[in-house]
Amino acid sequence: MPFIPHTEEETREMLDAIGADSIDELFDEIPHNLRCGDLATLGPGLWEQEISQLMQEKARSDGQPLCFIGAGAYDHHVPAAVWQLATRGEFYTAYTPYQAEASQGTLQLLYEYQSMMTELMAMEVSNASLYDGASALAEAVLMAVRAHRKSKSRRILLPRSLHPHYRATVHTLVKNQGIELVELAYDGSTGQIDQNDLEKYRNEDFAALVIPQPNFFGVLEDTDWLTGWSHDNGMLAIGVVNPLLMSILAPPGTWAETGVDIACGDGQPLGAPLSSGGPYFGFMCCTQKLVRQMPGRIIGRTVDLDGKQGFALTLQAREQHIRRSKATSNICTNQGLMVTAATIHMSLMGADGLARVARKCHRNLNLLKEKLTALGEIEPLFSGPAFHETVLRLPLEAKRVLRTLAAHNVLGGYDLSRHYPELGDNALLVCATENRSAQDMDKYRLKMEQVLASRRQGACATMAKFD
Amino acid sequence: MSNIPENLKYTKSHEWVKDEGDGTVSIGISDHAQELLGDLVFVELPEAGASLSAGSECAVVESVKAASDVYSPVDGDVVEVNEELADTPENINQAPYDAWIFKVKLSDPSQLDGLLDAQAYQTIAEDD
Repeated sequence: MPFIPHTEEETREMLDAIGADSIDELFDEIPHNLRCGDLATLGPGLWEQEISQLMQEKARSDGQPLCFIGAGAYDHHVPAAVWQLATRGEFYTAYTPYQAEASQGTLQLLYEYQSMMTELMAMEVSNASLYDGASALAEAVLMAVRAHRKSKSRRILLPRSLHPHYRATVHTLVKNQGIELVELAYDGSTGQIDQNDLEKYRNEDFAALVIPQPNFFGVLEDTDWLTGWSHDNGMLAIGVVNPLLMSILAPPGTWAETGVDIACGDGQPLGAPLSSGGPYFGFMCCTQKLVRQMPGRIIGRTVDLDGKQGFALTLQAREQHIRRSKATSNICTNQGLMVTAATIHMSLMGADGLARVARKCHRNLNLLKEKLTALGEIEPLFSGPAFHETVLRLPLEAKRVLRTLAAHNVLGGYDLSRHYPELGDNALLVCATENRSAQDMDKYRLKMEQVLASRRQGACATMAKFD
Repeated sequence: MSNIPENLKYTKSHEWVKDEGDGTVSIGISDHAQELLGDLVFVELPEAGASLSAGSECAVVESVKAASDVYSPVDGDVVEVNEELADTPENINQAPYDAWIFKVKLSDPSQLDGLLDAQAYQTIAEDD
């Protein structure tokens, strides 16, 4: 049964009232070549038992490989209590509730989330979350352009060392708004933003500089210098960070003397499982000065008529239902359920727990790096300080190595050749979270050793399984 | 009935204009406008030095229930903005004709003659 409450007669009546022949006619302005058609490739419906069998079969065919891929989403341990609590009926909604009188629990949770994020980022304000890290950055870019009132510049400096999906998303969301994204090169030897390339834009009119930490290559940027540089040149500074790592790295609110103006990123490392790419959530923090330019919902703590503490949506005059076309917040829906999980996750881990996880990840990365470079033919590609993940140069195509490793149930990393062809075919981005044991890393090393050995022996590309 | 001083000029969009006699004017929002908006919580000021044309949006007044644009009644450059309002927007509720928002150096002083007088504005406010 379709979940459409109208009968055919009612639909007909409504169409007659507005003078339309059919529902399809209402979509006339969408050109035919852009429509998806009648979904002819979709099979007939399945009943519950069939679908659960199908899904189990699919899950089995995926296996349970050892994951050494990071590249923006990370395989962290999530305590069982997190999702046990997050999926309780009281919390189980994707929406930020409007009705304060009926939603105190959820509103308080979001308020706590905001408090935790401001602490983690050392920023003054946090919103109640956005869709994901990439769209949060796109919103940060729009926000910077709005806030940069002095020059009204619509140009943004976007480093090539930023996550390629983030760059693509920002491009999609802002290119039709007359905003120009200028790509900043990275230094081929350190992997950091190329300061010489940046200096070309000194004294030029830009709204903001985007600063990733760590960048997509796992290289730490000189965030103090970059933040100072952007402010010296009249630009806002936007930090894009992995929130988990801010528990031990300097958070964006402390970069240079001033801190950044806007900090954003993806909240996935804070309690969201990988789940084939989502749902995750985006976070955004900013300075008090910019709060009215911030998108998204903000929950405030207040008192009611009797002086009792309560929580409510605040600063709603930024939002579209009040400001209409002048709204600074057109994204009000967020990933409320993921944020619920993240808040519970953070409160279970505590600042100390998050820091311990981040340290363990970094130690694991160093261990993995040692094990792999000890094979003699693998070396770090960049000389810049690596944190949490890193780029290795292999003696043969990363794609080939990954294919063989995958046959042995090891997801060996992320092949950079597609998004960074200038690095050649042999560059591999690897990560080893706290979920990877020393044995896991030994298995990876062993399989890698076999791949390299088989190449030396001139064996055929599809090697036999050794175990 | 709201207060509409005789010595000021007005616009249909509820700004008041005070001729400072030195080629500049002070601009704020009328008592009627602040009554409609309710308790103000924020004023977004124009940039000092900005050059405005009559009818252009140049500031925002935000109350607990609405946010409204303020339009420049005249052509000219912003010579001063009332920074005090950033911390005390309620001044506009308490004394709308003392709480000027910005001052403009007139490009064309004769534009003042084209603005509404108190009586004409009263008619508009009553129709609102």
